[in-house]
Amino acid sequence: MTFLQSLLERTGLIASGMEKRKTVTFGDTASVADGRFWSVLSVFTLALAWYLGSALELVNPIFWPAPSAVWDQFVSISGEGYRNFSLWEHIWASLYRILVGFGLGCLIGIPLGFAMGLSKIMRGWFDPIVEFFRPIPPLAFIPLVIIWSGIGERSKILLLFFAALWIMVIAARAGVGSVKLSKIHAAYSLGASKRQILMKVILPNSLPEIFTGMRVAMGVCWGTVVAAELVAAESGVGFMIMVASKFLSTDIVVLGVIIVGAIGYGIDILMRKLEAKLIPWKGKA
Amino acid sequence: MSELVVNNVSMIFDTPDGGQVEALRDVSFSLKQGELLSVLGPSGCGKSTLLNIVAGFLAPTHGRVELASTEVHGPGAERGMVFQQGALFEWLTVAENIGFGPMMKGTPQAEIKRTVDHLLETVGLQDFGDKAIYELSGGMQQRVALARCLANDPDVILMDEPLGALDALTREKMQSLVLKLWKETGKTIVLITHSVEEALFLGERLFVMAPRPGRIKKEYQLPFADAGLHQNPREIKASPEFIATREEILTMIWEMEEEIMGRAEAVGG
Repeated sequence: MTFLQSLLERTGLIASGMEKRKTVTFGDTASVADGRFWSVLSVFTLALAWYLGSALELVNPIFWPAPSAVWDQFVSISGEGYRNFSLWEHIWASLYRILVGFGLGCLIGIPLGFAMGLSKIMRGWFDPIVEFFRPIPPLAFIPLVIIWSGIGERSKILLLFFAALWIMVIAARAGVGSVKLSKIHAAYSLGASKRQILMKVILPNSLPEIFTGMRVAMGVCWGTVVAAELVAAESGVGFMIMVASKFLSTDIVVLGVIIVGAIGYGIDILMRKLEAKLIPWKGKA
Repeated sequence: MSELVVNNVSMIFDTPDGGQVEALRDVSFSLKQGELLSVLGPSGCGKSTLLNIVAGFLAPTHGRVELASTEVHGPGAERGMVFQQGALFEWLTVAENIGFGPMMKGTPQAEIKRTVDHLLETVGLQDFGDKAIYELSGGMQQRVALARCLANDPDVILMDEPLGALDALTREKMQSLVLKLWKETGKTIVLITHSVEEALFLGERLFVMAPRPGRIKKEYQLPFADAGLHQNPREIKASPEFIATREEILTMIWEMEEEIMGRAEAVGG
């Protein structure tokens, strides 16, 4: 094998191993898994287009800033801050709201989902409530939480709690529902009590669904907090974007958007890593 | 000695369309300690219902089940179960799965470890204690299921098609393991299976059940299980006596299946 060939294989540009001998690749997901080369190329192309676009002054910086302008804002805001808060404080403000709201949502949502999965009365009682609130976008509650709690921390946390709650209820309920009856029967035949079956069988068995719910809830919470801060807030990444837009500081707006994207991506990677570590059996039954 | 007695057990349940199904009618038998009973029959003959009643997961409409003169009212550790597949706990290691029963009873850790180590060796998995369940092959997983059941030292072991999902070669090996464990432990075993060969090879006694209503149609006393302990399994399965019984039972089951099909066609057409 030549050096060039092995390089191309490693970047995924040409097929390697068994893939090389496959005559059917269209529709075979294994043969599209290795597209790293194109990912690198796509990021590079976008970056280049951005750079060239601004270097050749193709776009008015009020609509879209130069990469250097965004970078300069990044440096200055991380040092001097923006509107009384440093960049890190803005980011932390958003993350803090998520962690508390999401945490409360899990704290109430998971036990409630379990109760719904285990008791006919609880299932029947809460089904209409959950099914009604679930499809409502959390943003629709912004006016209400502002009336209740103003534009401070409490209203954000309440909103995020609401956003996470229904997702976690449904995830936990699905987790309970996913347990195979033979596992429950086996545990009873091994002498387990109801309490032991809940703690040692139903709970661990539902972890994959609960974790999937947490990932979804985290994503929704992140989107919701930024949107809520756009409407009304005194700190946070969304607040930063909103204020900057009023002054036509497009470079700060774009910086904010990039930060939102990067953190959302980071949260998802973190959750996936955690999942692989905590639930290694997922999808391998 | 703990005798398992099934006394006039009937099971009738209502169907959604307002009819009734007689899953079992007047099933009676008793098993002495250490007997191995295999149960065969076409689908719908109530063999799984019967096993679930003995396990205590279902309460019969009439009749009663007794183990060591105590009536069965629900599941219990004295009646262990081995399921087809997927009843192991994926979040626990092989050793933790085997030690699950003793752990539920609050047995001291050192004692659990002794039991688990001994059983790992008995089922030939001594190097696999720390493995995850999904790392094992189907046959190995069923070895774990057998060991997990034995760890609790039940009086009766109920097997619901424990080898049904295994490939033919693994299945034969596992049959010999079941025989070995049965002889070594002296447990009473009730084995439900779809395989006539397996039922003949493993059962000291064999029930062929018939559907609608589910009942015991014919009972056999068999010599093969005892012979299988020291003789080559293939030799036993190829013996004229084994083949003759196998064909007799297969014909019986085929006739029942045909009858069911005929009825279904008569209703449907």
